[in-house]
Amino acid sequence: MTDGAPTTADTRRLAEEARARVRFEEEALGLSDQVYRVARRLAGSREEAEDLVQQTYERAFRSWKQYTPGTNLRAWLLRILTNLNIDKGRRQQRTPQTTSLDNEAGDYYLYNKLESQVPDENPDEERVLEKLSQDSIVDALAEVPHDFRDVIVLVDIGEFSYADAAQILDVPIGTVMSRLHRGRRILKKNLADGVAA
Amino acid sequence: MIDWCEKCEELMQPFMDGSLSDEEVAKAQHHLELCSWCAKRFRFEERLRHYVRVAANEPMSPELKAKLAALRTPLDA
Repeated sequence: MTDGAPTTADTRRLAEEARARVRFEEEALGLSDQVYRVARRLAGSREEAEDLVQQTYERAFRSWKQYTPGTNLRAWLLRILTNLNIDKGRRQQRTPQTTSLDNEAGDYYLYNKLESQVPDENPDEERVLEKLSQDSIVDALAEVPHDFRDVIVLVDIGEFSYADAAQILDVPIGTVMSRLHRGRRILKKNLADGVAA
Repeated sequence: MIDWCEKCEELMQPFMDGSLSDEEVAKAQHHLELCSWCAKRFRFEERLRHYVRVAANEPMSPELKAKLAALRTPLDA
């Protein structure tokens, strides 16, 4: 072998790596709408969400070799994103971590409250749902303490499985389920509190 | 004596998440067939979950999309 000259095997390996990298980047970019949807509700503002998504892709493209092909790329990207979000410490400042039982009510509470405000006798559920505006849902969700909101955002909005959410947030599956149930109740209580009495 | 309306309120989330045992599902379903009051609240919850997903969805700006695309490794690198 002459010194320094790449062998055929080297050239082939580099070409294969370049192809794998392009595939990875294209696949990751194809998921960006879904990544942004989750980021937007984890972050406090549109600007924060955009920063987070951009930093996530920068880091993902830098460390693409750490991704195992065939595993869940969307969850891998979200893991990077949630870690970046925690590193920034943004979330701690925004919403209090602790939540008292005052923030919770039973699962029928919201319906009961909304139904009482619809003038019709025995209205159907569609009429009751009309009492809630899109903005009221976004606001009520933003008020859910972040531990609970993260799980709602991943499972109910991002449509991740419990197992993926557990992996992304680095908590046991049981914790995902209990936070999800409590979180949805807090969300509904916030929605109920937000409608005129 | 079990108050099945109360019980169904408690079981609503795991019922919809598919995390109840077959026996619990059958019992809840039996009550929901008889009780329109609970059935309506279950239907509302289903609609609400869908509405939350739709309401929370804010599309990404084309600018961000372009910025992400620009992060790709140039092909001739």
